[in-house]
Amino acid sequence: MKLAARHERCSGCRVCQLVCAMHNFLENNPGKSRLKISGEFPVPGRYHVAVCDQCGACAAVCPTGAIVEDDGIAQVVEKDCIGCLACVEACPSGVMMVHPSREAPFKCNNCGKCIELCPREALYDEEKA
Amino acid sequence: MNGYAGKILRIDLTSGKTATEPLRPELARDYLGGRGFAAKTLFEEVPKGVEPFSAENIVVIAAGPLSGLFLPGSGKVTFATKSPATGGYGDSNMGGHFAPEIKYAGYDMIVIKGQATEPVVIVIDDDKVSLVSAAKYWGKGALESEAMLKHDLGEEFQIATIGPAGENLVKFACVSHDFGRQSGRTGVAAVLGWKRVKAIAVRGSQTVPVADPQGVLRKGEEMYKICFSKPGFKEWTPEGTAGVTDWVNEVGAFPTKNFETTYFEHHGNINGRALRERILVTDKGCFGCPIPCGKYSRVSFGSKPTHVEGPEYETIALLGGNCLLDSIEKVAYANYVCDELGLDTISGGNVAAFALECFEKGILTEKQVGRKVSFGDLDSVVYLLEKIARREGVGDLLAEGVKTASEKLGGGSQRFAIQVKGLEWSGYESRYSPSMMLSYMTCDVGAHHNRSWAITHDVAVGRESLEGKADKVIELQHIRPLFDALGICRLQWVEIGFELNHYEEIFPLVTGLNYSWQDLLQISERIWNLTRAFWVREVPGFGRTMEYPPARFMEDPIPTGPAKGKYLPKETLDILLDDYYAKRGWDKNGIPTPEKLKELGLAFAICAVSAAHQG
Repeated sequence: MKLAARHERCSGCRVCQLVCAMHNFLENNPGKSRLKISGEFPVPGRYHVAVCDQCGACAAVCPTGAIVEDDGIAQVVEKDCIGCLACVEACPSGVMMVHPSREAPFKCNNCGKCIELCPREALYDEEKA
Repeated sequence: MNGYAGKILRIDLTSGKTATEPLRPELARDYLGGRGFAAKTLFEEVPKGVEPFSAENIVVIAAGPLSGLFLPGSGKVTFATKSPATGGYGDSNMGGHFAPEIKYAGYDMIVIKGQATEPVVIVIDDDKVSLVSAAKYWGKGALESEAMLKHDLGEEFQIATIGPAGENLVKFACVSHDFGRQSGRTGVAAVLGWKRVKAIAVRGSQTVPVADPQGVLRKGEEMYKICFSKPGFKEWTPEGTAGVTDWVNEVGAFPTKNFETTYFEHHGNINGRALRERILVTDKGCFGCPIPCGKYSRVSFGSKPTHVEGPEYETIALLGGNCLLDSIEKVAYANYVCDELGLDTISGGNVAAFALECFEKGILTEKQVGRKVSFGDLDSVVYLLEKIARREGVGDLLAEGVKTASEKLGGGSQRFAIQVKGLEWSGYESRYSPSMMLSYMTCDVGAHHNRSWAITHDVAVGRESLEGKADKVIELQHIRPLFDALGICRLQWVEIGFELNHYEEIFPLVTGLNYSWQDLLQISERIWNLTRAFWVREVPGFGRTMEYPPARFMEDPIPTGPAKGKYLPKETLDILLDDYYAKRGWDKNGIPTPEKLKELGLAFAICAVSAAHQG
């Protein structure tokens, strides 16, 4: 699976962020989701959805090897993370996430829940499209 | 407390002090949240008889137990105050992303009192609350100042602003958020303006606890997927609320030319299709919404393109039909002007149309207005809106709303000042819709449709009959405002037929409270009676005489269109009111009886209404 976004279809409702945080952390808190929506208002009036395409840039820069790739999905091994945030800086899409309540960054694991719950098919699997 | 952030934030602008206190479990248990919290807090904390523009009056901003959670439409917040438009209970519900952010910041309710010495922005960043100078934003438009604050504070902040209209204490100034969602009605923004609050900015990082997270995940997913499966899911969104324009004309209920008639021949040029095909930029959703009615649009008048969220149906009705603006482009531009000035488009369109009719009839002169104005002319409408927002010339009088303006102007203008209790009428003319008329007459903020959108019931069961109409209005007045107490949007239910039982099922998973739907409806009835008691306490002589619509609706047959010849004489309205009061357990003057208040757990409000009984 390769998560991708059709930005022009996004209405900014953030259901993707809600389900992401609920499914992965069991928390009602879009601040703990692994994708980002930004709106450009009042001009020109559009949304942009930043998603992880599993490019591996985060794993490549991790000095402790705490980000491992398994079947094309990069995941943070929290016990090996030293919190240097090099991965956050390296992420080209800005979706290596941090939250004040978590010590290690976290990222998309390709669970696909955002695709399933997006009301507008703004998120999709590029490999199936 | 599950479903709740758990804290109340209090801000005293006079002292500049802020404080938090734990949310009392009994408040949550008995009033749920949102408008329930607002009603109880206003009743308890606003001293009897205070002026709406005073340090003692408060502004309550309240989310609900379902706000910000993983379920459809969980983005609704209530703004409430003792209304400067009516002198009674005032609240207005707003979508967007404000309610969730308040909860993520750790609060269920914000209570603002006092008055700042200089304009301020209230900045809430989780536990850190500060009052920041608003010097650079004061005087700026509501949309412009939101953009400035996003730039200065950060994009993640959710921001509510007021425009020049709120600063200038216009009685129908609105709160604006997310470049186009508004808490529009009852003049909450004017009270914020008096208190010198230009904006409230919130950012939160915290999780809202729920009783059964797995259960909420499962049920929330199910709720979204059921929404996706509804036939209305794909049909509703393309036009949103604007999609109802044709139907309202077809049933002869469209406000046209200051409610003189109820069918606008150019409605096809200002409807949802015109919006979608000609001016739409993007659909724009509120938080958690699968069926976004927000339509972000662009029109060009003058030197540069103008962007606006809308027009929504109400704006189309009041600025379009009611001012005879005959193209969606003109309506969208007038919508933008209102949004930037921070004027409610419902009251704004209503007041502009009232002024245009006064001018047409010679009650307002060219000298008073400052120029010639006429229905159908965009420049006239924009001119009036700008005068109102700045309280310049005739705008100073019009800024009081049509009730006060007509009382001062005289000349027979009161018969076409279209309002109840001081709040201007929204988008459903009701001379051929008895239950909708009763809904407007008895709505607990003045002439607003959203407590009971009963016109569909009239059309379905027959519009001549009065039988069962009071029952339907009461039923809707409990169901619809319940959503405002829960902090969620009702349009999934209203527009695409999403079933009510799902809310009953997710409520205990969120809160751990095993309330049945009937229990929730009883809370809604409690809130309704408490807001009524507030009116009785605050407005001398409150009762039946304050519920009648203007004479135009009781005496003048509709002159044209599908409802031609229809009107509802006062005697008919009294039959409806008698039935309604009796079924509510109120006396013949519409005052809640002590027995009814006791039954609803409102014994504390009995003394507030007892004087009215004796009188």
